Amino acid sequence: MEQALIRESTGRQSPTLVSRRVSRDNRQTVGDPFVADPRMTCRNVNVYYGDKRAIKNVSLDVGRNEVIAMIGPSGCGKSTFIRCLNRMNDTIEGCRVTGEITLDGQNIYDSGLDVVALRAQVGMVFQKPNPFPKSIYENIAYGPRIHGLVDSKAALDELVENSLKKAGLWDEVKDRLHEPGTGLSGGQQQRLCIARAIAVSPEVILMDEPCSALDPMATAIIEDLIDELRQHYSIVIVTHSMQQASRVSQRTAFFHLGDLIEVGATSQVFTNPLHELTEDYITGRFG
Amino acid sequence: MEPQLLLCFLLLLSTAGYMIGKRQALAVGRSARGIRSLHSRPAYHGALTALWCAVPAALIFALWLGLDSNIIIRQVLAEMPASFRELPPSEQNLLVNEIKNLVNGNVFTNEVDPVLNAAAERYIRYRSISHGALTVICLSLGLVGILAVKRRISINLRARNQVERIITGVLIACSCIAILTTVGIVLSVLYESILFFRQVPLNSFLFGLEWSPQMAIRADQVGSSGAFGAVPVFWGTLMVSAIAMFVAVPIGLMSAIYLSEYANRRFRDVVKPLLEILAGIPTVVYGFFAALVLAPVVRNTGNSLGLDVSSESALAAGLVMGIMIIPFISSLSDDVINAVPQSLRDGAYALGATHSETIRQVVLPAALPGIVGSVLLAVSRAIGETMIVVMAAGLAANLTLNPLKTVTTVTVQIVTLLIGDQEFDSPKTLAAFALGLVLFVVTLCLNVIALYVVRKYREQYE
Repeated sequence: MEQALIRESTGRQSPTLVSRRVSRDNRQTVGDPFVADPRMTCRNVNVYYGDKRAIKNVSLDVGRNEVIAMIGPSGCGKSTFIRCLNRMNDTIEGCRVTGEITLDGQNIYDSGLDVVALRAQVGMVFQKPNPFPKSIYENIAYGPRIHGLVDSKAALDELVENSLKKAGLWDEVKDRLHEPGTGLSGGQQQRLCIARAIAVSPEVILMDEPCSALDPMATAIIEDLIDELRQHYSIVIVTHSMQQASRVSQRTAFFHLGDLIEVGATSQVFTNPLHELTEDYITGRFG
Repeated sequence: MEPQLLLCFLLLLSTAGYMIGKRQALAVGRSARGIRSLHSRPAYHGALTALWCAVPAALIFALWLGLDSNIIIRQVLAEMPASFRELPPSEQNLLVNEIKNLVNGNVFTNEVDPVLNAAAERYIRYRSISHGALTVICLSLGLVGILAVKRRISINLRARNQVERIITGVLIACSCIAILTTVGIVLSVLYESILFFRQVPLNSFLFGLEWSPQMAIRADQVGSSGAFGAVPVFWGTLMVSAIAMFVAVPIGLMSAIYLSEYANRRFRDVVKPLLEILAGIPTVVYGFFAALVLAPVVRNTGNSLGLDVSSESALAAGLVMGIMIIPFISSLSDDVINAVPQSLRDGAYALGATHSETIRQVVLPAALPGIVGSVLLAVSRAIGETMIVVMAAGLAANLTLNPLKTVTTVTVQIVTLLIGDQEFDSPKTLAAFALGLVLFVVTLCLNVIALYVVRKYREQYE
């Protein structure tokens, strides 16, 4: 079963049968970065920090109702890449993005596009839980308020309750909604941040190592939550834990030094990688 | 030996002590199982020796110099003829001053009383005896210290722990100096204030509506009887400070927000130091500016609008004071805003908040304790400010709501009350201390409130 299908990153169908893994020297994407009905598409994306090219010609699709995991050694550009998907890189001085990224067919780097609306559609959860210094209720209500999503107190109450329920936090906090969100435990804070992202009803949720600051119990809860959220949202998750990637994701993308090396179904990437670098990484030879 | 020279010798001696202790430790270590077998590094043994040499001697030195001149004077007086000894205390003080002048060679007349001359000579003799004794005691104490420690040095001597304990003691003593100074200031002001309140009742001072401290200080002098109602003075302070804060808080806060959130790096690196220069301008210079530039502008503008404006107005003083305070607020708030973690901003941006929404609803609330702190610091500064108001606000104590009129402030009154030759038993002079005491209490309360506010918000936010 050493045979594999390679396509070029441009997406042209040029199947080649090979009998063994792609050599380490090949920097082109192997596997299938494209899906039939994508939510987001990225074509030939390059990111520069000043003169440094942090992402090199990456093309990748994010499908509907799927969890796609980004793995790779530190500094490989996976965080930089997902920060392109909601234009969070705009806030970094000297950062430049080229190429095309679309959400539902609309180019998000279009000059006419409102970045505020984009970020309401593409939510983000960060590595370290970052609840606002406000009450639990206000943390959730903040997004809907600034976007004018609700017009009455009752509707807002309901939205807060639903968001907390979806994030699996409602039962733990329903009696103390007006206490500071910063008083929760780390895992609860992270779920609060997920609830906060859900409250503005996004289509895609980006998660940048959401469990790296949490203990195994809290991690397990969040992983279950991610699996449930897949029914409503597309989720892009960056993780350093290969077990986590294999547990929660349907597809996996492996980055190395700014190149997208391999994309494929998670089960295939972890059991039968097409690229030698991928194999090295998942077997722990570097990373 | 002169005390200064003695101090140098002590320093040399303790340096020698350091060397001796270190060498002894090395020798002890080598003769045992090598230097590693010492409990503490040789440098600690040296430091311990030096400290035991210097600290007790220095304590004796300070104590001795603090007491010896009093003792000598008492002895000299006791040996003077009875006619001098039985003088009243105030004249005795004069006498002592005269003797000390003779001792220091400040002789202003040709004819010096032979009795005084003899007293001065005795004083000099006693003093040299005292210094000689001090030299012997200090140096021998230092030597004893060195030898005692040197004898104790062994591989088990816990020199590091002992040195660190002594250092801790020194640190405690240093922090006590600050506290004791505060206590001393409070007590001295309190003492004079009590003298004042013996002559003027507390009630009429705190709640009296008229301030006119001019009063006859001699029986035959024509002067008003004096009125010490502090309300107009405190009202003036309040009004000028309030005007200053109205200027400084919005401008300072907004420039802080601009600098920390919007300005690019290069602009910020240039502008922030420039803004901080404002804080470095002497307040007297602000006073010129207020009196010569701003006050006429305020008056002319007011007159052209048909308003009656005094040439020295609360408004002019408050405006300039506000400008002076801007850097306090902007610089501190800028630091506080910068300290708000980037992750909070990212969180807001990721929800689709705009830049200004993020600042108003996330960054500023998180920075609030620090901002409150900077504002209250600025208020204390405004209340205590003197030179600007002396030059720009005037001296007349008006109880008025109109900022275009002349007002006076607590600090200005203190200055004017204490300028010139004053008797310290007249209520006019003592009133300055009472004002100072109340001002101190007010700023103390402000600081306590500030601490409370800051702590309360901290609890809520962390």
